Amino acid sequence: MEKKISILVVDDFATMRKVIRNLLKQVGYENIVEAENGEAALSVLKSRKVDLIISDWNMPTMSGYELLKAVRADDELQKTPFLMVTAEALKDNVVQAVKAGVSNYIVKPFTAEVLNDKISQIFKKTAS
Amino acid sequence: MDVRFINPFLEGTMSVLRTMAFIEPRPGKPYLKKNNVAQGDISGIIGLTGDVRGSLALSFSEHCIMKIVSNMLGEEIKSMNGDIKDAVGEITNMVSGVARKKLEGMDLTISAAIPTVVSGKNHSILHVLGGPSIIIPFETDHGPFVVDVCLNA
Repeated sequence: MEKKISILVVDDFATMRKVIRNLLKQVGYENIVEAENGEAALSVLKSRKVDLIISDWNMPTMSGYELLKAVRADDELQKTPFLMVTAEALKDNVVQAVKAGVSNYIVKPFTAEVLNDKISQIFKKTAS
Repeated sequence: MDVRFINPFLEGTMSVLRTMAFIEPRPGKPYLKKNNVAQGDISGIIGLTGDVRGSLALSFSEHCIMKIVSNMLGEEIKSMNGDIKDAVGEITNMVSGVARKKLEGMDLTISAAIPTVVSGKNHSILHVLGGPSIIIPFETDHGPFVVDVCLNA
């Protein structure tokens, strides 16, 4: 059931979107859409239902952190699980993301198994 | 440059390539570089500010980076295309992130800029501080690459 969820992958680097898509496919997730920054992600979210957002932190135009705040402030989108991807496991960033309502975060580099674990943790929390 | 700052970049590089590209790089002996000529065919460069200032570059031979990116994407890359350029920027960003996390453990807070990527034979790596820089050479089964670091530490 869980593997049928639709996932929005947001990253300004097309290659990184491909890498995440490749990792997601390795652990059975096939229903994936992409956006190149926070603004483009909001457009996607307004046009179709997404069960999970996986977003990079550092992006031009609208960062992952700004996207997270926009999603949490939107009545229709606010409950969408949000997994933040970051190259920086710096304490201040983690605290900032948790305060803004991130569901989980993952630090680059990561394996397909770690990504799968993070997603499973999110849906376990949602179910409980 | 304080040699204690070499290890975070060495370990960061190994961690990123092992995890994302399933490649086990073999580090060589670090040495001092006094010119700005890149050691590889394509390089990612990122500026660092905060408790330590300077820049980090990763410079890859063509064959090596094509294998790395092929492994990352799960598809064979046969030419130096846009995916390669993107990936070099992202790898540089990730290595910087892992290294900065390790430096945070030494009570040093460091921020990073957006990486830039330069390519071509004998291209230049212009470090923020001008140089000289420390080169950490690596060998892989698919060719060499180097980490090129210049810090005011």
